[in-house]
Amino acid sequence: MKLWRRTSESRPLPPPLPAEALPWLLAAALFTVAPHFLYQPGWLTALAGLVFAWRGWLVWKRLPLPPRWLLTLLVTAGVAAIALEYRTLFGRDAGVGLLVLFQGLKLMELKARRDGVVALMLGYFLLLTHYFHSQSIATGLWMFLALLTVTAALLRLHGDGPARPAASLRRAGLLLLQAVPFMLVFYLLFPRISAPLWGLPRDAHAGLTGLSDTMAPGSLSELIQNGAIAFRVEFAGPVPPRQALYWRGPVLVRYDGSRWHPRPADDLRPPSIEARGPEIAYTLTLEPHNQRWLLPLDSPRAGPPESVLTQDRQLLAKQKVIARGRYAFRSVLDYRHNGVEQPDVLARSLELPPRRNPRSLALAARWRAEDPRPERLVQKALAFFRQEPFYYTLRPPYLGREAMDEFLFDTRRGFCEHYASAFVVLMRAAGVPARVVTGYQGGEVNPVDGYLTVRQSDAHAWAEVWLAGEGWRRVDPTAAISPARVESGIAAALPDAEGLPLMLRMDVDWLVQWRNRWEAVNNAWNQWVLGYNPERQRQLLSRLGLPDTDWRTLAAALAGSTGLLLLALLLWSLGRRPRLAPEVRLWQRFCRRAARGRPALLIQPWEGPMAYAARLAQAAPPLTELAAEAAGLYAALRYGPPLPPSQRRQLQQGLAACIRRLPSRRLS
Amino acid sequence: MPLSEPVSAPVSTPHSAPLAQPHTTPYAIADGIGGGTATAPEITAVLAAANRIILGKEIPIRLALACLLARGHLLIEDLPGVGKTTLAHTLARLLGLDFQRVQFTSDMLPADILGTSIFDREKSSFRFLPGPVFTQVVLADEINRATPKTQSALLEAMEEGQVTVEGETRPLPEPFFVIATQNPSHQIGTFPLPESQLDRFLLRLSLGYPDSRAERALLESGDRRSHLAALQPCLSPADLPRLQAQAAAVHAAPALLDYVQALVEATRRSAAFRHGLSPRAALALLAVARAWAYLAGRPQVLPEDIQAVWPWVVSHRLPLAQGGSQARPEDALALLHDVPLP
Repeated sequence: MKLWRRTSESRPLPPPLPAEALPWLLAAALFTVAPHFLYQPGWLTALAGLVFAWRGWLVWKRLPLPPRWLLTLLVTAGVAAIALEYRTLFGRDAGVGLLVLFQGLKLMELKARRDGVVALMLGYFLLLTHYFHSQSIATGLWMFLALLTVTAALLRLHGDGPARPAASLRRAGLLLLQAVPFMLVFYLLFPRISAPLWGLPRDAHAGLTGLSDTMAPGSLSELIQNGAIAFRVEFAGPVPPRQALYWRGPVLVRYDGSRWHPRPADDLRPPSIEARGPEIAYTLTLEPHNQRWLLPLDSPRAGPPESVLTQDRQLLAKQKVIARGRYAFRSVLDYRHNGVEQPDVLARSLELPPRRNPRSLALAARWRAEDPRPERLVQKALAFFRQEPFYYTLRPPYLGREAMDEFLFDTRRGFCEHYASAFVVLMRAAGVPARVVTGYQGGEVNPVDGYLTVRQSDAHAWAEVWLAGEGWRRVDPTAAISPARVESGIAAALPDAEGLPLMLRMDVDWLVQWRNRWEAVNNAWNQWVLGYNPERQRQLLSRLGLPDTDWRTLAAALAGSTGLLLLALLLWSLGRRPRLAPEVRLWQRFCRRAARGRPALLIQPWEGPMAYAARLAQAAPPLTELAAEAAGLYAALRYGPPLPPSQRRQLQQGLAACIRRLPSRRLS
Repeated sequence: MPLSEPVSAPVSTPHSAPLAQPHTTPYAIADGIGGGTATAPEITAVLAAANRIILGKEIPIRLALACLLARGHLLIEDLPGVGKTTLAHTLARLLGLDFQRVQFTSDMLPADILGTSIFDREKSSFRFLPGPVFTQVVLADEINRATPKTQSALLEAMEEGQVTVEGETRPLPEPFFVIATQNPSHQIGTFPLPESQLDRFLLRLSLGYPDSRAERALLESGDRRSHLAALQPCLSPADLPRLQAQAAAVHAAPALLDYVQALVEATRRSAAFRHGLSPRAALALLAVARAWAYLAGRPQVLPEDIQAVWPWVVSHRLPLAQGGSQARPEDALALLHDVPLP
């Protein structure tokens, strides 16, 4: 009992929170928490905003902190609300929500310096959690600013007080700058893991856009409005002409009268593809779209190892594409595919929904009666599209139950999916096996970095017909109505760029230039920073002479280079620090010895020798003469006029003797 | 080498430093410590005589003398009746210098200070009547009562060491020493000196009330000015320039210059002040610290000398970031704790 009492009495009060650090703590917390408002429920944002405003007001008006019971109440209510919202207190979103709540409320109990440190450490941790949601350049920049603010706040907290705000920020920047070599070493050498360390919820990728696996009139024209990038392509050789750029996606075979459906991708008999031109090699960086297809250039010959090529030449990844990935492909633009086709495939490519579109069927039957050769039928259909008044438009009228009849004979306004769909229906009705292929057409070379950019707005649908002896041949009925769509792209094909978002319109020159630059920067970031995967790490290390790395070599390389960096920093700082003059070391030793056992008597950094000697004399009168002598010697050596070396040595010896003459035990 | 008198160090511990004690600041008034020669006997005599006239004001007297030895002008800011004029008069007498007092008022014109030409009927030509500024020690009393125009006439004379009246330049006597007094600027009817003109004063002091012992002695022995008439000069006219030269020759080691630079840099970085010290202020600081060390008979300047004169040399050159006025000596003193000795 007595012992306990003594310790509790002798414990000094914790150092108080410096008042000038408060605005910094607030700013740092705001910086770290702010981006979370994009992802968390509205009530949490409102609560955090309220707490921040409240705290700011308290600082401004110099009011006392709220009582403890109110805080306890707030924390309990907040935790309960988070548990209700997420149905758990664990996992990514609930965990981050809790941290945001704590960060806000921690500001309400900033009393001692220790509280400030806790708030800032929480801030450092919260910063990391932003990367759950976004890893873009903007996020990186924001994180850097937040890191700078948090570090500057830490400096203010530890007595950077009298400095101007800009000076604190500069110092924090310098500190971070010193960390950059370590950051690079860790980035390059820390063992890379393909999958994220944490499990992600199943619906994490629900919002991704891209081609759908079915097609109905209107499904593509919605996608066209989207200027987002679908993928980027880097060709090994020259970029092929735009008309040849058909990026092959899902193949749709079954038609139910309003909607086209794919076949299950289970037909893995290898397709026979006979190349009739040179092979083209290219690398495609695909944005995640939460589907399996990989969109190679028609026709792919072989895909990367993690993909399969189906009988109808769909290249499918083994898993859904939920992260940006780089794929190396080889394609041929001129080819012959399955000159001999499986009967079941042909049979399926002739099916039509029963009792639908009678007028179309009648037209096809009439053509077939005139000339049953498939090539002629294809020509007739295309000529029909060309000669009759068909329009290419993003805003086609609504079609009813007999959709193809209405389109072919009444409305005659449609988008690529209408033409592809109508063409395939006509061909099947005339007895020619046909199917719909969707994907992207064209793309645009970014002059800044030379990458071909393909956007969601380049989404396209076309048809394939099977001709005996020749195999599947691509027919693009849209090209018959609007050749410009295929030759110059979507923006040129639509009258007055109707309905296209501003970013896609090619007539605003400066906008296009800026978009190109920004996308090139983004691409570089994706390729070189985010795309640094285990594969690239292996390549880099083997280029550095470390082939066949496993985690042990990596760990050794990491430890080795970190050690080398530390050593270099140490040498540098030792070289920068001026070596202390002998009299300074002697004087410091004297002061340390004199104050032994009495921390209050330690010399202060700003204290001159005479002032210190006087203070020592007051606290320990027996030391008066010795202190005055030592101080005098030191003053003469350090601040006096230059002395000849022999005299200098003599004075130094005198100072050393003063140290020896200090009593070995504490005087009281 | 014993300390000849016990010195109370005002800055004892980091947390409980009694910062605002304008008159007990200096470290080591003790003479001759730090391996030095003794103070010049003339100096000792001047100080002793002055302390007999003005009671209980050792430090301000010492600072005023240091200012004179460093060839600078002195500004005393204080209430009326605490002995500003007596101090100026005493110093002039002891140093054997001419003395003139000018009472500044708001209707004063530059010519009232500098002098004017009057027409001499007999010679039918103009004759220059020198103003009160043509003397060795000018006491400019209540300088902030005058209009800026009049103030600047005096301040120009201080800067140039000469006066130009009606196109003719006339040199002022050597040495030329201005002691200006100023009422606290919150008093009504004052024109506070602008920053640039405050800079012309090497030191700004305040005298403060005497302590009770000194006040009792004053009451017992009557008005000090009556003693002035009996005062004999301690210096001959040739002595002062010699002493000034010796003071300027006190050694300042590289380590000490590092310290001066660190302090000046700290004022520039500090958020407490609107701007930091100029190079001229750094020179002033060093000059006064040299004179201060010289007064203590030390052949070298110590950090303690810098610290002792620091608040009086810099506070009037540092505008506060908030409030718009000049820093008080306490504000400047607080900064000393932030700058370690190099």
